[in-house]
Parts: sequence; C-alpha cells; structure tokens
Amino acid sequence: MEKILEVKDLELSFHTFAGEVKAIRGVNFDLFKGETLAIVGESGSGKSVTTKSIMRLLPEHSSEFKNGHILFNGKDLTKLTDKEMQKIRGKDISMIFQDPMTSLNPTMPIGKQIMEPILKHRNVSKSVAHKEAVDLLRLVGMPKPEARMKQYPHQFSGGQRQRIVIAIALACNPQILIADEPTTALDVTIQAQILELMKDLQKKINTSIIFITHDLGVVANVADRVAVMYGGKIVEIGTVDEIFYNPQHPYTWGLLSSMPSLDTAEEKLYAIPGTPPDLLSPPKGDAFALRSDYAMKIDLEEIPPFFKVSDTHYAATWLLHPDAPQVDPPAAIMERMKKYPGSRYYDGTEGGTY
Amino acid sequence: MSLDLKKIPAESFERVHIDSSHAERISKPSLSFWQDAWLRIRKNKAAIASIFILAFIIIMAFVGPMVSPHDAETQTITHANLPPKVPGLEKLGIFDGVGTLAGKEVDLYEMKKVDTYYWFGTDGLGRDMFSRAWEGTQISLLIAFVAALIDMVIGVAYGGISGYYGGRVDDMMQRVVEILYGIPTLVIVILMLLFMEPGVTAIIIAITLTGWIGMSRIVRGQVLKFKNQEFVLASRTLGASNGRIISKHILPNILGVIIINTMFTIPTAIFFEAFLSFIGLGLQAPDASLGTLINDGYKVIRFQPHILLYPSIILSLLMIAFNLLGDGLRDALDPKMKD
Amino acid sequence: MTKYIIRRIVYMFITLFLIATATFFLMKALPGSPISSASKLPPSQLAVVEAKYGLDQPIPVQYAKYMLNLAKGDLGNSFQFKNASVTELIMNRLGVSVLIGSQGLILGVALGILLGMIAALRQNTIWDYGSTLIAIIGISIPSFVFATLLQYWLAVEWSIFPVGLWKDGWMSSILPSIALAMGPLATASRFIRTEMIEVLSSDYITLAKSKGANGFEIAFKHAFRNALIPLITVLGPLAAGLLTGSLVIEQIFAIPGIGEQFVKAIMSNDFSIIMGTTLFFSVFLIVIIFVVDVLYGIIDPRIRLSGGSK
Repeated sequence: MEKILEVKDLELSFHTFAGEVKAIRGVNFDLFKGETLAIVGESGSGKSVTTKSIMRLLPEHSSEFKNGHILFNGKDLTKLTDKEMQKIRGKDISMIFQDPMTSLNPTMPIGKQIMEPILKHRNVSKSVAHKEAVDLLRLVGMPKPEARMKQYPHQFSGGQRQRIVIAIALACNPQILIADEPTTALDVTIQAQILELMKDLQKKINTSIIFITHDLGVVANVADRVAVMYGGKIVEIGTVDEIFYNPQHPYTWGLLSSMPSLDTAEEKLYAIPGTPPDLLSPPKGDAFALRSDYAMKIDLEEIPPFFKVSDTHYAATWLLHPDAPQVDPPAAIMERMKKYPGSRYYDGTEGGTY
Repeated sequence: MSLDLKKIPAESFERVHIDSSHAERISKPSLSFWQDAWLRIRKNKAAIASIFILAFIIIMAFVGPMVSPHDAETQTITHANLPPKVPGLEKLGIFDGVGTLAGKEVDLYEMKKVDTYYWFGTDGLGRDMFSRAWEGTQISLLIAFVAALIDMVIGVAYGGISGYYGGRVDDMMQRVVEILYGIPTLVIVILMLLFMEPGVTAIIIAITLTGWIGMSRIVRGQVLKFKNQEFVLASRTLGASNGRIISKHILPNILGVIIINTMFTIPTAIFFEAFLSFIGLGLQAPDASLGTLINDGYKVIRFQPHILLYPSIILSLLMIAFNLLGDGLRDALDPKMKD
Repeated sequence: MTKYIIRRIVYMFITLFLIATATFFLMKALPGSPISSASKLPPSQLAVVEAKYGLDQPIPVQYAKYMLNLAKGDLGNSFQFKNASVTELIMNRLGVSVLIGSQGLILGVALGILLGMIAALRQNTIWDYGSTLIAIIGISIPSFVFATLLQYWLAVEWSIFPVGLWKDGWMSSILPSIALAMGPLATASRFIRTEMIEVLSSDYITLAKSKGANGFEIAFKHAFRNALIPLITVLGPLAAGLLTGSLVIEQIFAIPGIGEQFVKAIMSNDFSIIMGTTLFFSVFLIVIIFVVDVLYGIIDPRIRLSGGSK
C-alpha cells in the first residue's frame, strides 16, 4: 500500500503562562492511500492537537514544533512556509470540524463558502466554481442545492451544516481528509447519516481519512486502523480487529471496558480511575502507570518502547517485554480475545493460526 | 519501529500497586471567586497603577487644601495671575515663577514682590490654584460617587424586582424603562438643571434621573439568567424564602457585574458634571468643581495656561484611572462580559 | 419585522410626546415670565407683549396650541432674536453642525476601525498597546479638554489651523472635527478590537484557514464583516456623544452651529430656543437609535431572516 502521510517522532509544545505544556510527546504513525485511520483517546490526549499540527492550524505564537517530521508526499509540512502551507490546505489536505453550528461563517452565503476553495486552488471561472459547488451540495445529499446556494448558515439544521462543511472539505478532492469528531455535536440518527455519507464519499473519491473520535462505537463503524492516544503519545496502533479483539495496552483495555455493549451482561460500566496526566510536567515512564492496575516498577521509570504484536499491530507497554510476567486482562477483554484468531486466549476451532 | 530489547533486570517487572484514588488528587489549591479575581487583577499592571493614581488623587483631594499654605477662598488681588512656583524645583528652571508679560519672560513673583510659593500658581483673583484644584476634585468626586451610588441602588432594586418577580410586574416595569430609555440623557439633564436651583444636589439629581436605567437593564438580565438555574431551583425546592434566594444565591452571583457597571458609572458622572459646568449649567461661583475650573481656565488660556492645565490633568487622570480600573475589573470578574 | 418597526414607532411617539409635554410644563413652572426677565418693560406694555405670544391665555390652551404647532414643525418664536422663528434659527445653523458632526463621525469611526483592526491582528504587540492607549485616552479625556489643547497648540501657538470663528471655510472645520472624532475613534477601536479577537478565534475562521485562505483573506473576507456588523449597535450612543461634544466644541471654536446657539440661549434664558433645540435633539437621537436598530436587522443576515420569517 502506498504511504501518503508519515508522522515521525512528532513533539509539540504549547507555551502558556503556567509553563510549557508538552501536548505531543513523540507520535509516530503512517497513513496509507484510501484508508481510514481512527485516532481515539480521552480529552487532552493530544489527538486533536496532532491533526491540527498536520494542518498547521495551531496558534503560531504559542505552539512550537520541538522535534520530528510530518512527511506528506515527501514534503515535510513542519518546514513549509505559510504560503506553501496555504496551497496545501483545502486542496491536498482538508478538515471537518466538530461543531457544525459554529464552523460556518454566519454572514456569508454557503454557496460562496463552498466556492472559496475551488476558486482559491483551481484556476476556474466563477460560473464553473458555482456549478461545481452545486454538484458538491448534491453529492453530500442536500435537497434543492441550486436554491440553497444563496442561503446563510443559520437557515440550515446541524446535520445539513455538517454536510456543507463536508462539501467544502471535498471541494478540491483532497488526498487526506481530517475529520475532528465530526459527529460528536450531532443527534445519534444524524450521526449515522453523516458517517454513511463519509464512507460513501471515501469510496467515490478514494481519499484517506484521519478520523478523530472518543466514541469507540463510531471507530468500529468507519475505521480500517486505529491509533490509541494517551498523554500525548500513541500507546497502541493496529487494525480495527486487532485493537478491538486483541488489545495489549492496559489503557486500551480500560477504554474498551468502559464502552457500553449490548452483549455483555454486566450492569456496571467500567470507569478508568484517576485523571489524565498533567502535561505541564509529564510523568516519567509510562504515563498511564499511575492509573493502571497492571503497573510495574519499570513503568514508573522508563518510557516503554513499541513492542511488535503483528506486522500491523504495535503496543507501547512493558507487559509485552519477554521478561515481563504474564498477566490476564480484565475478564470482559479476555472474552473478546477468545474470539480473535491470533490472540493467546483464542478458543475457537475454526482454523486458528496455531 | 525498532524493537530494542535490551536486558532489563528482572525486579523491574515487579508489580507495584498504585492507589488510584491518589491519582484523583488535585494538585492546585482551590481559590474562591474573589481570590481568583484578585490574582487576575494583580497581574493587570494598568489596573494596579490606576488604583495607586486614584488613591493618590482621592487623598490629595482632602489633604491638598490642608497642606497648601494658602486657602482656596482668600483673594489676594496683588497676587493675581501668578504662574506656578515650587520650592526646590525652581532651581531647575521649571516652576520658577517665570511667565510672559507683554511678550517678555519675566519672574512675575519678583516683579509683584511676592515672596511666597504658589505651587499651581494663582487665578485672576489671586486665589491659590493648588487648593482650588483639590477642592474642585473633592466636589467632582463627591458628585460622581453619590451619583454612582444612587444609580446603583435604584438600578439594582428596579432591575432586581422586575427580573425576579417577572410576569405582569416585569411587563409594566419594562414598558416604563422602554419609554425612559428613549429620552436622551443630555436633554433630560439640561431640562432638569434649568428647572432646579443650580448646585451639587441639582447635578446629582439630573445625572441620576436616567443614569440608573443602564444598571437596571443589566441587573434584570442577570437576575433572569440566574433565577431559573438549577441551584436556585434546588434551593427553592428545599423551601428557601425569596429573601434567602435573593441574598444568598442571586446577589453574590451578580455582584461582579454590579461592581463593574458602577466602576464605569463613576467616570461618566465625573464627565457629565465637568461638561455641565463647562457649558455653564453646573455649579455656580463661588462653588468650584474641576469642570468650572477648566471653564475659568479656558477663558484665559492664551495668557494664563496654568489655570487650565492642572484641573485638566487631574480630570483626565481621574477618567483614565477609573476607565482602566473598570476594564481591569471586568477582565478579572467577568472575562466573558463585553462592553 | 414589520410588527417590530410599528411597535418601535409607537414608542418613539410616546417618548417624544412625553418630552414635549415635560418641556412645556417645566418651562411654565419656571419662576417669572421669560419676557419679564428678558426685557425691562412697564407692566402695560408687558401685557401687550404677553398677549402677542399668547402668554395671557390659560395654561391648557397654551399647551394645546403649543402641541398643535409642534405637530406642524413650528417650534415658536425666539424672545431674544426679534421674534425670529426657532425652527428657522435651528435650520439656518444646522448645516455647519451637521458638517463638523459628520466629518468627526466619519473620521473617528474610520480611524477607530483601522486602529482596532491593527490591534486585533497584532495582538499583544506594541501596535496593540499603542492603539489601546489611544483608545483609553480618547474615552477618558473629555472632548472639551482635548479641544482646548488642540486649539492652544495647533491654532494659537503654531498657527497651523484657524483658531475658530468659521472665517476660513472648510479649514475652520478641521480642528473641531478632529476634536469630535476622538470619542467615536476610541469607542470604535475598542469595539472592533474585542469583536475581531473574538471572531478570529471562532471555528469558522479555523475552517477558512483550513481551506487555504491567506492572512489577508481571513482578516478581510471572513472576519472583518462579522466584526463590523455589531459596530452598528454603538452608533446610537456615538450620535448622542457627538451631540454632547458639539455643544462644547462649537462653543470653544466659536462655530455658528446649533450647539453654540443652544449654549448661548441657556446663558440668556431664551426659553423658546432652549425648548426648540431640546426637542430637536430628542427627535434627532430617537430617530437615529431607531434607524440604527432597523439597519442592524437589515444588515445582519441572522437577524434579517429570522425576523422576516415571523
């Protein structure tokens, strides 16, 4: 598969009155052509910051790249000038935001807002741009697109506005679409529609999607691969099945256990104790150790490296070290793992790998 | 992804038990609303400087006339129109009593055989401008503070009642406000001053006549916002009386807004008083405020600029300091509030 | 929207009616007859003059006449200027006042917007602090102090501009206009700065950035309009401030406008000019505030359409 984006050892800090907040502390991942990569994690884990730094949308006076590269088709985005970056934004990489109620300009007709990136990045006339904007509106399922071009954002519902934002993002057939919690602010039924739409469109224009969410249900629905972030680092990355059915990091266990599910009989939902780490002074070692039931001495001293689970599956936990004691994950997780060929708890008979 | 499996001592893999309740500990001390506001205002250099300037001006308004060797009313015709002269500074070539007379620079103190010092000079009647300026400040501050206080009391009461009781009461009270709000302040103040005996009371009444409306509208809005919030409903469910709800739940929450608004009323009142006195509707001689002093000074600006200068500086400093302090308080107490 | 406008117009008339009535009765309640204080006439002649002005009739009759004349736009006659009609006196002097007022407003608002924009786009730099300083000074230093200083330095000391008296045509209007502009300048720049900063941190600006818009397009195509529209709301208070300012500034620069005439009338107790000008000011301000509110509804698409659909 063709690699389209490569994030390497990315470190980024914010300078605040209280001091330096190390929001991203060494993030590595690749994005392949046509795939959907979901980044999950709780608030403050650095998932939004990671994608905003790819777009270079963070406030320049308070944020700073400390280390690492973001390679897009061989170009390092962290090194581009503002002008060069403006040529990439909206054309090669575009973004959908969380709250459709506030992400459209209230005093500009929506047609103009959709036409803007077309006129900006492609050398076409206004009438062509207008026609394409109408087509885009039709594509995202807006009824009577022609008539609605002149209307203002407040005349649309939340779901419709998110469709407009998607139309804007798709205006130049971007190679990468970053969706920052695009359904969080919407009703559940609308959520499903928007997710369907995104999946459809991805097939049509063959774009790669980075999908940020804290909703694991959504992840299962849309993603090919999943990266789990915690405390400004990716702690586990793998295909959807690998993350859902053969998770290795205690944080991923916690996340999965806290997801409500219809097929478990348990009445009480698991809640991960404690609060996310203070990134003003990040803990030594594994950032999750303080909240983990599986912490070992070394977790408090050294940052765990990535251990390979399979060709596509890596996790950063000392538990995977060959010398580490074998521990059993929570019961619910063990149940899940039993269903997955390749996990050490697999009890299926239908042609496992062992 | 390199997998560098270095040898790690076995005891490193010992399980440790971490009390997860420990992770819930909040490391920062919690601050009350007022402590937090104080911390924020302390960082605002302009606001802190304003507090010092205001304190200085207020103290001087009372102490100034006392420390001056001359009092404000005594007219010494032979000492008329003297420029400022300050002991010590005179040697530096400033405040040395030199003024222009018929196009030539002369030491007017020597010429008029005056061997005392007038720090701010004297006016056309030989009155000490230092004492007069600070006494004028006193009057201006008095008018401003009383007017702001009355605005606050009426505004809070009116807006509070209208917002808290709502319904028909609110409807009626708001109709009245809507009509009053349409009357330009300038017009009503001028009419009232023509009608009443000019003086401090008349100016205060004229300023407060429509001044409270702004406060009442803000308070009403805030009360409407808070009275339906859960903590007020909860308190009501537990049987709290109206008095208790107002004093314990609503008032503390809108106090910040009231303070900020009052802070902006004061400079407005100072300005209005000065303005009225300047156009001749304010205080009448021998009473003097900063406005009347500036008016007097304006008439002789070409020959005696010092008479205009000091009251203008004090007035401008007062206005700047109150506005900056108001800004600072607004940022500290209610960062979301604009204008 | 139509319903709202009608409601507002009704309130405008109630307010004006109250002001007119209050003005009338306040004037009647003043001690002595305006004529007795204006001229020293023997009682017999006084009665003749009073009859001429209708002052011998019972108060309700006078009131009814006064209100009727008002409805026709007749503000009565001046006692001071040989029976000149107040309406005419005001109209004769209106042009000058409107000229310096509008020059001051346009200059102030334009510079204020510029300063506010610079401050917001260069937040927390020397530009920002400088523009904030100008704004604070503009709000704090009373216009008459500022006007006096301008006159003293630029006209008296350096003789760049005429001192006043309206002898040099347009040149005479420059200093008064600058003095009047300070208030609007300060208000507009502070307002635009706050609005721009808020708008620039909004989601739709981030979206515009993510479309590839450059700094200029962000500031002017997206942010400026959104920050500018709410500025309309302060135009009402600004107009009131200009009026207040014009009273003293016309006085200081000896400009033959309505403000100067008004202050002179106060000095000489010319009640019909005072009443007439007061009413004129009221109508002016009330109409401005009304127009501004309606204008805001028309310009802001959010208000326009939600109001229109009702």
